[in-house]
Amino acid sequence: MDNGLERLVFAFFNAEIAAEWAPKILEGVWVTILVSLAVVATGLALGLALAALRAYRFRAVNAAIVAFVDILRALPPLVVIIILFFAFPYLDLPMSAFTATWLSLSLVLAAFAEEIWWAGILAVPRGQWEAARSTGLGFGATLGYVVLPQAVRMTVPPLVNRVIAVTKGTALGSVVALSEIVSQASSAASLAGNPTPLTLGAAAYLAIFVPVVVLGRWIETRFAWKR
Amino acid sequence: MAEILDTFFNIEILLRVLPFMLEGLGMTLLLCAITIPIGLAGGLAVAWVWSLKKRYVNWALVVYVDFFRAFPPLVLLIFVYFGLPFVGLDLSPFAAVAIAFLLNASSYYGEIFRAGIESVPHGQWEAARASGLSRFQTMLYVVLPQATRNVLPDLIGNTLEVVKLTTIASVVALGELLHAARLAQSLVYNPTPIVAAALIYLAFLWPAVRLLRHFEHRHLVAR
Repeated sequence: MDNGLERLVFAFFNAEIAAEWAPKILEGVWVTILVSLAVVATGLALGLALAALRAYRFRAVNAAIVAFVDILRALPPLVVIIILFFAFPYLDLPMSAFTATWLSLSLVLAAFAEEIWWAGILAVPRGQWEAARSTGLGFGATLGYVVLPQAVRMTVPPLVNRVIAVTKGTALGSVVALSEIVSQASSAASLAGNPTPLTLGAAAYLAIFVPVVVLGRWIETRFAWKR
Repeated sequence: MAEILDTFFNIEILLRVLPFMLEGLGMTLLLCAITIPIGLAGGLAVAWVWSLKKRYVNWALVVYVDFFRAFPPLVLLIFVYFGLPFVGLDLSPFAAVAIAFLLNASSYYGEIFRAGIESVPHGQWEAARASGLSRFQTMLYVVLPQATRNVLPDLIGNTLEVVKLTTIASVVALGELLHAARLAQSLVYNPTPIVAAALIYLAFLWPAVRLLRHFEHRHLVAR
């Protein structure tokens, strides 16, 4: 038993190997954080723009938005990444691993965010539209100053969950050799011949995402009274 | 246009790799047939234990659920598949995927079932208990059917996510649809297999997305 425990500690919590490979994992941490922030920024912005555009109810535009959202909700994110990374070079549009990962996850997040925000826009009572318009605000001003602020506020909890789910997808970038936590950790593990770097990588993810999940729980209760 | 079609949807190449891709599709379906029931059963178990309201047990459950929700599934799979052999636990890719999905999906399903059980009014419990049903029978025949109904859209949504997640099995060289497509693409040096795989995923999952949309809109109207 004692021997087994020793072996476990040697394999997964080897301090010497951890110290040796920590800088490499840390590099991956920065890449993961950078991609995550970029994805959240562009994904949410594109989602909000599409939801606002949908409120104008141009028939052809809305059909296109719905098709975009449906496709990106149905496709596995890894498939989107692989299409952008491996198929687009055939169009003479080669992408770096960073661009492919960032763009894929941004599109996926935008699709989910559009859907959530559109539901929020629909949930704002009609009277709000009518009252705002009758005070002399134009359609765009009503949407921007009256409806969207309420819609965004109402949809914070589902949005937070989706943002967490999509940013966790940055790990998929390792498949196209983006040097984020997973690929740094697994290449370090095979170079060191010991899985301790994997433990470090896992710990790095927990350090990044446990606060986000806890924050998400807090935001959910904080905004719950609105309903 | 013809050139694009030739590159991305080359019928000749498609016919050549199709049998291989269908094998991959079979593996994907098998994966779904195993991971979804495992996840549902695990989630049900989590929610059931949670409903017993043992304080310390519930703290442990919150830690379990938050832990695996914070952990990217791909990291979990790599840890299970590449890490455990170092302590003498050699797993087949299939077993590694099953374990990783049990841990990941059960925490998501558990959270959904928990919300469902909470949504059933307390009077239902009391009435069922007063009519002579045991705790177990109350849960099984009275609470769970209503709870499941209340969270059906979330259950469908999460199942959709689980199916999409089976693509990560390609990382541990399990020959599912995406893995087959990538292998075929590198053999024929043409992206048609990847495009075909995407279309197959769309064909299977688009109806689920539509169904989900229908539920979401009904939910909005009901409110």
